[in-house]
Amino acid sequence: MLSQTTKKKIADQKEKWEKEKEKGKRLTDRKFISVSGESVKELYTPLDIEDFDYNRDLGFPGEYPYTRGIRKNMYRGRLWTMRQFSGMGTPRQTNQRYHFLLDRGQTGLSVAFDLPTLMGWDSDQPLSVGEVGICGVAIDSLEDMEILFDGISLDKISTSMTINAPASILLAMYIAVGEKQGVPSEKLTGTVQNDILKEYIAQKEWIFPPEPHMRLITDLIAFCTQHVPKWNTISISGYHIREAGSTAVQELAFTLADGFAYVEAAMKAGLDVDDFAPRLSHFFNSHLDFFEEVAKYRAARRIWARHMREKYKAKKPESWLLRFHTQTAGCSLTSQQPENNIVRTAYEALAAVMGGTQSLHTNSMDETYALPSEKAVQIALRTQQLIAHETGVANTIDPLAGSYYVEALTNKMEQEAEKYFDEIERRGGVLKCIEEGYFQREIAEAAYRYQKQVENKERIVVGINDFILEDEKVEIPILKIDPEVEKEQVRNLKKVREKRDNDKVKRSLENLKKVVQGKENTMPALLECVRCYTTEGEICDVLREVFGEYTEPPLI
Amino acid sequence: MERKIRILLAKPGLDGHDRGIKVIASAFRDAGFEVIYTGLRQTPEMIVEAAIQEDVDAIGMSILSGAHMTLFPRVLQLLREKGADHVLLLGGGIIPKEDVEKLEKMGVGKLFTPGTTTTEAIEYLKKAVSERRKEEKIL
Repeated sequence: MLSQTTKKKIADQKEKWEKEKEKGKRLTDRKFISVSGESVKELYTPLDIEDFDYNRDLGFPGEYPYTRGIRKNMYRGRLWTMRQFSGMGTPRQTNQRYHFLLDRGQTGLSVAFDLPTLMGWDSDQPLSVGEVGICGVAIDSLEDMEILFDGISLDKISTSMTINAPASILLAMYIAVGEKQGVPSEKLTGTVQNDILKEYIAQKEWIFPPEPHMRLITDLIAFCTQHVPKWNTISISGYHIREAGSTAVQELAFTLADGFAYVEAAMKAGLDVDDFAPRLSHFFNSHLDFFEEVAKYRAARRIWARHMREKYKAKKPESWLLRFHTQTAGCSLTSQQPENNIVRTAYEALAAVMGGTQSLHTNSMDETYALPSEKAVQIALRTQQLIAHETGVANTIDPLAGSYYVEALTNKMEQEAEKYFDEIERRGGVLKCIEEGYFQREIAEAAYRYQKQVENKERIVVGINDFILEDEKVEIPILKIDPEVEKEQVRNLKKVREKRDNDKVKRSLENLKKVVQGKENTMPALLECVRCYTTEGEICDVLREVFGEYTEPPLI
Repeated sequence: MERKIRILLAKPGLDGHDRGIKVIASAFRDAGFEVIYTGLRQTPEMIVEAAIQEDVDAIGMSILSGAHMTLFPRVLQLLREKGADHVLLLGGGIIPKEDVEKLEKMGVGKLFTPGTTTTEAIEYLKKAVSERRKEEKIL
């Protein structure tokens, strides 16, 4: 904290500087705003963090409130996990991509599923036509999961699965693959995204209405606490909120508000906060505004720690930690001059690392066209390896701490997020806000504002509204998914249905229905289903029958 | 007075990415068009049915999931079958250039890919609809 004399000295000198600066003023009509549209001052001084208290606001890495990072030694102990989100076509094709990435030094896996899998439909169901294996890998039964992880020991690698509405089913399949490999569930490490709230808010891949879905989530948490203790049970995600057009503060606030809603739901279901909170993880976007992003991660850790300790009375330090994965911003990439996306992604990745991420996905340059080619994904992975081993930024912990700008921005992010928490509470909580379309409207308005700023040239996007190449020829390879994939997947599914024990399947589904209608934990019944090759679609049909389906009122 | 341009905006298939379609809906409204938004997860049948009932000049579909080579041709086919091929079909999304060319050859109007300004889309729609209306009068 500044003494009155120091404060006065700085203020006087600043005033003098401001007067002199006016004389040599160069006129510009450029607006100085962040990617989120926040105005940025030309200079930050100690006056912007007058009440700064090192021990209270930052502390030491690995210590409350964790502003500087969640581990005492951070990257000097272990680098972040390099985890490329990946999946396309058949399970066999994706398995080959996994081996390609692991051979090149990737240190974790991350599964991208196709839309039918995300929505709980089998590859041969009518709504799946044209979508099988297109934006991710198609998974129908345990057999597909066995192929997906062929030659990969589940006790040696951690796997993140971007799966939400049917998360319990895919986790059950993963556990069953482990059983076949002789790896007990206690040894499995990884994450299911399992964040349904942000689906209603932004990503829109839901199946069931919020209330019954919250039960599936608390069942999964309770089950993992006992049987899969090293598993991250939810990856509370801001990524999709940001991609849908939110500002950095909205991403921060809405994500953490979702997180608190899960904490409250699990506590209400009778779980002890310290039993499940250490296994909650987070997932943020990294957009192009370098300092704004770094401040966002630092603020996120501080807010989470404070709320978990003060409000939810968690006692274990592990419950206070905000561990997070980062993905660079897909929405910042351009189709025009796609090679420039390599540079954008590198800056975004650097912000994630300077912000203390635990794992990272770097986008490939070609992702405004299709899923990445081998060449493009290799460059994306190399970008992380370059940051880790060549730039030196991982040598010291939280290197931007103490910057007047970064600290002021971190404080501001925290204050703005707190305002949103109050507003959400005033409106009746997260579920109510979803129902009333509050988050959806806030995000859509921010997205439209951003678009208008680009069109008015209030912000410059290279290759879009300035530095354009006329008659540009895009010369990068684009990955195509063969339409044969769908036919092959449907053929394989048919074979699975023929060779499995269909009486067992029928019984497993009947038992599931009984469990779902009652109050028992759903996970054991789901495991019984997947073990006998009951398909994801068949399981979801039962759940849809009991829970009903969610539809969103079209809001614009 | 000439009637306002009426457009049905739709998200076909399983794709949930609705940032683009919401931005375009707001921009079209600000440009004075009448916009009807179907919401998510519409089948081609539902979209064509709504277009006919709402008597629109155009349908705009947004597809970011890669399923465009299935969904655009299906909507075109249904429009023809129902005798509604005076309705202009346009769209946008993550669509590689060679697919854009193929679809435009099949009879889809313009397909807008990332980086398009809303102004471009507005100007295109005004021009295309007024041309179609002229053709209809001549016929």
